[in-house]
Amino acid sequence: MHILVLLKMVPDVVEDLEIAPDGKALDLEYLRMILSESDDHALEQALLLKERHGGKVTVLALDAPEVDDALFTAVAKGADRVVKVVGMDAGSTTRQAASALAQVIQKETGLMPADLVLTGVQAIDDLDGLIAPLVAHELGLPYLGIVTRVSLDAPGQSVQAIKEYPGGVHGEFEVKLPAVLGMQAAEKPPRYVPVAKVRTAMKSQKIDCTLVPTLADGGWLAIDVVEMKRNEPAGHAEMLEGDPDQVSGKLCGILAERGLVA
Amino acid sequence: MTGNVWVVAEQWRGHLSEITYETLALGREVADGLGVPLTAVLAGSGIQELAQTLGCADSVLYVDHPLLAEPIPELCAEALAQLIEARKPCALLVPLTNVSLGVGTLVATRLGNSAVNFCKDIQIVDGKLRAICVMYGGKIEAAVEPAGGLAIVGVWPGARPADKGRSERSPSIEEATVTLEDTRVRLKRYIDPEAGDVDLTKQDVLVAVGRGIQSRDNIALAEELAHALGGEVAGSRPVIDQGWLPLSRQVGKSGLAVKPKLYVALGISGAPEHIEGMKDSALIVAVNSDAGAPIFNVAHYGIVGDVLETLPALTEAIAARKTAGHHA
Amino acid sequence: MPDALYLWILTLVSFGLFGRRAYSYVKVLLGARAEKRWDHVGQRLKLVLVNVLGQRRLLEEPVAGAAHFLIFWAFMVYATSFFWNLVRGLFPFLPIPFADQVPWVRVLLAVFGVLGLAALAVAAVRRYFFAPPRLEKSRDASIILALIAVVLISALVGLRFQEVSRAMWWVHMVTVLGFMAYLPYSKHMHLLASPFGVFFGSLQPGSMPAASEGAARRDEFTWRQLLSGLACAECGRCDRACPAFNSGFALSPKMLMHHMKELVRGEAGDGNGGGFIGSAVKPEEIWACTSCLACMTRCPVMNEHVPVLLEMRRHLVGEGDMDKSLQEALKNLTRYGNSFGTAPRARSKWTQQLQFSIKDARKEPVHYLWFVGDYASYDPRLAAATCAAARVFRKAGLDFGILYDGEYNSGNDARLAGEEGLYETLRDKNLKSFAKAHFDEVVTTDPHSFHVLKNEYPATNGARTVRHHTQLLSDLILSGELPLKKKLRMTVTYHDPCYLGRYNAVFNAPRRVMAALGLKLVEMPQNRTYAYCCGAGGGRIWMEDPPVIKERPAITRVREAASLRGVHTLVVVCPKDLVMFQDAIKTIGLEDKLEVKELSELVEQAMG
Repeated sequence: MHILVLLKMVPDVVEDLEIAPDGKALDLEYLRMILSESDDHALEQALLLKERHGGKVTVLALDAPEVDDALFTAVAKGADRVVKVVGMDAGSTTRQAASALAQVIQKETGLMPADLVLTGVQAIDDLDGLIAPLVAHELGLPYLGIVTRVSLDAPGQSVQAIKEYPGGVHGEFEVKLPAVLGMQAAEKPPRYVPVAKVRTAMKSQKIDCTLVPTLADGGWLAIDVVEMKRNEPAGHAEMLEGDPDQVSGKLCGILAERGLVA
Repeated sequence: MTGNVWVVAEQWRGHLSEITYETLALGREVADGLGVPLTAVLAGSGIQELAQTLGCADSVLYVDHPLLAEPIPELCAEALAQLIEARKPCALLVPLTNVSLGVGTLVATRLGNSAVNFCKDIQIVDGKLRAICVMYGGKIEAAVEPAGGLAIVGVWPGARPADKGRSERSPSIEEATVTLEDTRVRLKRYIDPEAGDVDLTKQDVLVAVGRGIQSRDNIALAEELAHALGGEVAGSRPVIDQGWLPLSRQVGKSGLAVKPKLYVALGISGAPEHIEGMKDSALIVAVNSDAGAPIFNVAHYGIVGDVLETLPALTEAIAARKTAGHHA
Repeated sequence: MPDALYLWILTLVSFGLFGRRAYSYVKVLLGARAEKRWDHVGQRLKLVLVNVLGQRRLLEEPVAGAAHFLIFWAFMVYATSFFWNLVRGLFPFLPIPFADQVPWVRVLLAVFGVLGLAALAVAAVRRYFFAPPRLEKSRDASIILALIAVVLISALVGLRFQEVSRAMWWVHMVTVLGFMAYLPYSKHMHLLASPFGVFFGSLQPGSMPAASEGAARRDEFTWRQLLSGLACAECGRCDRACPAFNSGFALSPKMLMHHMKELVRGEAGDGNGGGFIGSAVKPEEIWACTSCLACMTRCPVMNEHVPVLLEMRRHLVGEGDMDKSLQEALKNLTRYGNSFGTAPRARSKWTQQLQFSIKDARKEPVHYLWFVGDYASYDPRLAAATCAAARVFRKAGLDFGILYDGEYNSGNDARLAGEEGLYETLRDKNLKSFAKAHFDEVVTTDPHSFHVLKNEYPATNGARTVRHHTQLLSDLILSGELPLKKKLRMTVTYHDPCYLGRYNAVFNAPRRVMAALGLKLVEMPQNRTYAYCCGAGGGRIWMEDPPVIKERPAITRVREAASLRGVHTLVVVCPKDLVMFQDAIKTIGLEDKLEVKELSELVEQAMG
C-alpha cells in the first residue's frame, strides 16, 4: 500500500509570538517553526499502517524554516521518500498551501496513486480552511476528519476509521479508498527516534525538491487580514498577586464567600 | 451585503447542540447589523420538530434527506452548497465542533469561496462582516474580512451565551430539497464511552489539570485539593493522552462539556479545544506560570505562578479554613 | 599402572573439560564488540597489584574481607604448589623435588593452610549464620567452600601425618583437578576472569562507553562488558549499595551480572545471544538505574554494571521503548536545549531577581565562565540558591559571566538516558557558544555538568580549567581571598553528590569550605564514596516512578540526615539534590526537623 503524508510547519508557541511592524502578521524574526502536532500523528499512523501491511510512505511538505529537520526525522522514523515543495511565497495561507500540495500530488511522479493521504486534522494557523478537506476536494477524494484509528478493511478498497465525537463518543466509519483523512491522534503516540538516527538519515537520504506549479487561478476568493495582535488576557480575569501562601489565602476567602468551602 | 445570514443548526443523535443556539445568538446580531433576515439551516432526516426551537431566527430552512440522518461533513457540505447556490445568502456561520468540523471548508471550496476559521466574534464594519479569530492555541487574535459576497465563517463554541439564542417564538419553516449521491464515507455505528467511576457532568467542583502538572505523581496533589473542595479531578487532552487520567475525566471538544459551580484549571493553557468543554462553568479559577496563557481570558480569577507550589498551598488554606469553620 | 599415567589421564580429562569450556567463553568474548583496554599498562598493573593482590575493595567489609584475603593468598600459595607438584608428577624424570618435599614450602603450606582454614570457617559462619543481605547462598557456593576445605585439609593432614601423605597427595591433586574442571561451570570462574577484569578495568570510573547503537544481543556488547558476567562472584556488595534496589525498584545489579554470565554461557534469552532484553532483563530494570556508580565503586572485581545498562538503554531508545515523560524530556532537550520545554530565552530569567546584572560572556570578556546548568536556571525552586551563588561570586570580587541563552543542557543526563547522539548535539552547541565567548576558566554549580565539562568536553577548547564552585571557593579560602566575616555556629551534615564524589573524587573541597565557615560537620553514616544517591541521576528525574516501590532514595537519605543528633541542616552542592531532598522532606513531613541549604547560601551568610 502507498500512503502519502502531508506535513506542515507552524510557529512554535513556546516562544513568545511577536507581531510584525505592519500589524497584520507574525514577526518572522523571532519565530521558530515546529511540525504541526497532528501532522506528527498523521505520520505516525502512516508508519504504523506500513509496519502492519507493508508498502511505502511518502512525505510531502512545503518549504519552510526547519522543515528539513522534520523531513529527515520522518526518514529516520521509516518514511521511504520525502519531497519538499519549494518556491512558495512566505506567509502563504492554508488555502494556498493546500492548492499547491494538491497540484504537486497530481503532477509529481510517484506521489499518486496512493491508497491514503494522511495529514493532521487542523493546525494552529489554519485561518482560511483545513488542509485535509481542501486537498480532498481538489483531488476528488472522500474525506473524514478527527480520526484516531485506521485499519485496513478490504485492502485497496476501504478502511475502517474511528472518528471522535463530543463526550468521549466515537464513530466507526467505512471510507472507500483512496481517501484523505485528517488525523486527530495516531493509535500510538508519535515514536521517538534518536538524534543519531536523524543525523544518519541526513547523510544517507536526499530530500526530493520540486518547484511549486504555477497555481492556476483558484478562482476562490481570499480573506484579508485587517489586523493581528497578541491576545493579552489582561481584561478578563481578576489576577491575584503574591506568593503561593498569599494567593491561596485570598482565593480561599473568595471561595468561602461563595459557599464553596464547606 | 445582500442576502440572508445563515446559521447551520448542528443536529446530532436526535438533539440540537448547544452551539446552535450560541451561533444563532451571534447570527442574530450580525443579521440585525446588516439589516438582513436570519435563517437557520437544519439538515437531517425526520427531525422537523427540532426546527421549532430555532425561533431566534426569522426562518428555518429544513432539508430532509435519508443520507443526512447522520452528520457526514461531505454530505452536509454538498447539501449546503446546493442551497447556497439557489438562495445566495450573504453569510454562512458554521459551528466548529467535532460534529461539524470540515463542513465550512468543504462548502467554501465547493463554491470557490473563501472560508474563515477560528472565529469567536463577528463585528459589522462599514456594512461588511469582520470576523475576530483566535489562532495559535488562543495566543493571537486576528481581525479578518472575507472578500466577496458570501462570508463562510467557522465559529468557536462560546461566541455568545446559548440562552440568547433560545426563543419561545415559532419560526417559519420552509422545506427545501437537495440531490445527494451515496457517499464514500459511511457511518457504521457509534461507540459510546464506558461509564467511568465518576460522572464529571454531575460534579459541583472540578479540579482540572493540564500539562503544567508535569507528572503523573503530581496528580495526587490535585486529588487532595479536589477532595478538600468536595469535587473530582478532571484533565485536559494532553493529560489523558499521557495516560495519567482515564478518558472519562477528559474535558474539552472530544471529552465532556461541564458546567460546575467551580472549575479550577491548573497548568492548562486554555486552547479553544479545552475552553469548549468548561466555558460555562459558574466560577473559573486558573493557575498558570505563563501570564499570557489564554485561559485567563475565560477565567474569573487568575494566579500567575508555579502550579506545583500553589496547589499544595491552596489545599492547605482550604483545609485550614474548613477546620476553623468547624470550630467556629 | 604407574602414578604418572593416572595423573596424566586425570590431568588431561580435567584440563580438557576446563579448556573446552573456557575456550567457549573466550570465543564468545572474541566475537563480541571491540573495546580498547590495552592502554596505560603501568596503571593497569597497579590496579591489579592493589585490587587483586591487595584485595583492597574486599577489605571494605572488614570481616569478610580479611577472610577472603587469607583464602586468596592461601589459594595463591597452594596454586603455585599444585602446579609445581603437577609438573613434577607428570614428568617424573625432572630433577626437582615435589613441592611438599621442600622445607620452606612445607612451612608456607602449613601456615597458609591453617590460616586459610580459619578464614574458611569465618566465611562459612558468615555465609550460613550472619549472611549480609543479597549474598547469593547458592549450592555452587557451598560446593566451592567444601572443595577448598578438602584441598586445604588434605594438604595439612598429608603434611602432618607421613603415613597418609601419599594418599592425601592424591586426594589433594584429584580435588584440585576436579575443582578445575568444575570451575568454568561455577561462579568461581571469577577466579580466572576477575584478574583480567581488573587489569582491563576502566581507568576512569565515570567514563561511559563510546557511541554505539546500543546492545540487546550478546555480540552487541563489548568483550569487557561480557567479561563482567564471568568475573562476578555474586558477593552482593553492589546490591547492598544500590539506591534503586534498596528502594524496591526492579533492578538488582548483582542479578544483572548474573544474567550477563548466563548470556555468555548461552543460558539466557534464546540461548544464541538473542532475546536478552524482555526475558532475562526487563526494561523497567534497565530504566531504574540512577547512574550513581555505587555498585561499580564497591565491586571488588571492577565489574561495569552502569555501562552494561547504558548500552541496553541505547537499544531501548533506538526502539522508542521508554516512558512518555522521558521521551518528552528528550524531545525538549533536542528542540529547546533544556528538559523543561521552556523557551531558550527564558534561561536567564532567574537573573532578574538580582540587584545587579551578570556579565554576558558572549559580549564581554570575563575570567570565570559560570556554567549555571538547566535546573538551577529554569526550576523556580532553585532561584534562591542560584542567586545566592551569584551574590557570593560578586562579593568575592570574581570577574564572572554567564552565557545566557547560549548555554545548553550539558548533555550528561541525556547520555546516561541512552541518547548519545543528543549528548553530542548538546555538547557541540555548548562548544560553539564557548568558542564565541571570552573567558579563562569555567566554574559550575552543577555536578552533572561539571562531570562532562571537565572530563568529556574536548580539551581542544583551550584546555581551560573546569572547577565545581566548591573547589573554587575552597581555593579562594586557601589563598585567603574569600572575605568571610563571621563564623556560622551551626551543626550540619553534608551529602556528597554522586557526580562530584564517586565520579570525580571531590570530597575535601566542600568540607574545607564548611570548616572555614565555622560549621560543625556531623558526617552522614553513608558519606564520601558511600554517599547514598538522591535518585535523580541517570535521567530518572525525567522518568515516572513505578507504582510499587518501598521508599524513594531521597526519602531514605533525608531520614538518614534527620537521624543525626543536633543536626537540622542538610548541606548540598547540587541543584538536583536540593529539589529532591526538599520534596522528600515535605513528603514525609520533616519540615520542622530538617532543612536543606545549598552551600552558597551559607557562604553568603558568612560573608555578612
